[in-house]
Amino acid sequence: MKSLGEKIGIGIVVAILTIPVLILYIYLFLISVSEDIVGIFPTGFTIDNWLEVLDGEIPVAGATFYKYPNIYQVALNTFFLAVMIALLEVVLSSLAGYSLSRFKFRGRSQLLTTILILHAFPGITLLIALFFILVQVGLYNTLIGVILVKVALELPLGIWIMKGFFDGISWDMEMSALVDGCSRLGAWWRVIMPNVRNGLMAVLIFGFLSGWAEFIYAQTFIAEQSFWTFSMLVYAFTIGEYSYIKPGITAAIALLYMLPVILFFLFAQKYLLRIQLIGKGGA
Amino acid sequence: MSGESIWQKEISGEDIKKLFRFLFGAVKNVITSLYTRLYDYGSELISRYGSKMAVSFFLIPSLGFITIFYFLPFILTFLIGLTSMDFTFQWSWVGIQNYIRILNDSFAPKILGNTFFYVFTTLSFFNVGMALVVSLITNHIPDEVGSAIRGIWLLPRITPSTVYALLWLWAARREGNALINWFLGVLGIPPVDWMLNHPWVIVILVNGFVGTSFGMIVFTAALKSIPEDYYRAARVDGASTWEIIRYIEIPMIKWPLLFVTAYQTLSLLTSFEYILILTDGGPGLYTTEVWSLYSYHVAFKSYGGTVEIGYGAALATVLVLIGIVLSIIYWRVFKFKEMMLEPKIEV
Repeated sequence: MKSLGEKIGIGIVVAILTIPVLILYIYLFLISVSEDIVGIFPTGFTIDNWLEVLDGEIPVAGATFYKYPNIYQVALNTFFLAVMIALLEVVLSSLAGYSLSRFKFRGRSQLLTTILILHAFPGITLLIALFFILVQVGLYNTLIGVILVKVALELPLGIWIMKGFFDGISWDMEMSALVDGCSRLGAWWRVIMPNVRNGLMAVLIFGFLSGWAEFIYAQTFIAEQSFWTFSMLVYAFTIGEYSYIKPGITAAIALLYMLPVILFFLFAQKYLLRIQLIGKGGA
Repeated sequence: MSGESIWQKEISGEDIKKLFRFLFGAVKNVITSLYTRLYDYGSELISRYGSKMAVSFFLIPSLGFITIFYFLPFILTFLIGLTSMDFTFQWSWVGIQNYIRILNDSFAPKILGNTFFYVFTTLSFFNVGMALVVSLITNHIPDEVGSAIRGIWLLPRITPSTVYALLWLWAARREGNALINWFLGVLGIPPVDWMLNHPWVIVILVNGFVGTSFGMIVFTAALKSIPEDYYRAARVDGASTWEIIRYIEIPMIKWPLLFVTAYQTLSLLTSFEYILILTDGGPGLYTTEVWSLYSYHVAFKSYGGTVEIGYGAALATVLVLIGIVLSIIYWRVFKFKEMMLEPKIEV
């Protein structure tokens, strides 16, 4: 049983450790639903910002010809990008991870070394060359180009995670399937894959979130507004005058953009933690 | 406003459940059919060309991706760095001119200094320092509370970078009623124009809050694996919490500390996303410009109508080389090799 003093002490520690992180998100939410805000105290409640954003067309203050892309178009682009990245990553890494975990072939250990080194290597330094490649093959200014680059750069991590999960499944299970006359591929598909569901989920969620949040590659490889994703829209609002004129609109868009992130944060934290542990450092 | 139509129809919880069920069902169907196709195709290949084909079937798609988007760019970055390529993409070779130019670049010393300052400060205060503080504190309070706190520290990392930077830009606005200045005002301190006068503070805070979570998770995992006996023995000997931290916990996580320091150095050295959004290297001339951002600017932002892809690639080559060398060092030092045991049986 903890004493009252200890409980208060823990409460203070919790407050000091979490308020600096949480307050920014609360601030964002308050801005989106209030007319003005002084410190953390909003003045005047309104849902106009949300209505205007959900309407789709966001007017540009003071400009007649320039306009922002429709918010639903942007949402669709972002969703397409994220889902494609997640699907490709999960399929490719579950194939490669299985072969690295179970087959013995020439060059296997060299390949594993390479994948590990690539996993530590910061792919962002290759941005200029990737840009050059995309331009040469005609994938510049397409979502497919961004998807392919992103999948490739995250593949070492995905393969490594899946290999770990495959390693964790006992050989006996696979052996008995093979003895019963299953082909190698059949054993992979019918016996092994259903047992690495957690790994597949982890790679899928990680791929989706990283695609959903992608900024630099999208910003660099995409020129046309019709291919914009949420990150580019928010960025345009951040650096433009718009964030000053109507912060409430920007805040509503930013929150809308964060929605899947919040959902995954609430419901899939165990996968996130697992990925973070083996995953890349980021900043 | 036509948006009101959304609100005219009542949406019940059942509808939302239905929508989610539909979405999940759709994703599941797509995945299953994808794998089924793959399975059929693979079976056919293997039955036609024998079991040697199996390895290729599993590996070749990934190898293709890695070759085109990793190995080819390695070589291309280096080669483009030897040209004066611009947006016309002509290979006009100039030898090592770009590297001579880096040595003579009058901004290079400043940018190099910025880079070291940025990496060192962020790393010591947050990626290692704050991470250590959070993991040690959360290890000494009840576990449900501790893991909730760690969960919250994950938020900055999974928040899209543009949104996270936006949060800080707003909090750091120069007006007296913006979040940070308002707090300072409560304490009686006059408002500060953070982005103009102290851009580094914000840049380091933003990157630091994101960077803390990596070290935090690694350290927590290490702390959790310290045997309970050590704590018990220390407590029997009358050690205080501080003494336990100082003489047991920190010495026991030396290895993870080194790992996080090494790993995050490389990440910080090459990441420029948040700086790009927050200050774009400004305010003024290269105040917060770091090496990786400079390379990006030179290659993609036109100053006076030209983009210098060649020079940008030369600047990037320096980072690529550092990246390769450090990655190989990590691989050797941190005994990654132990993770590469051969498969136990082969059929």
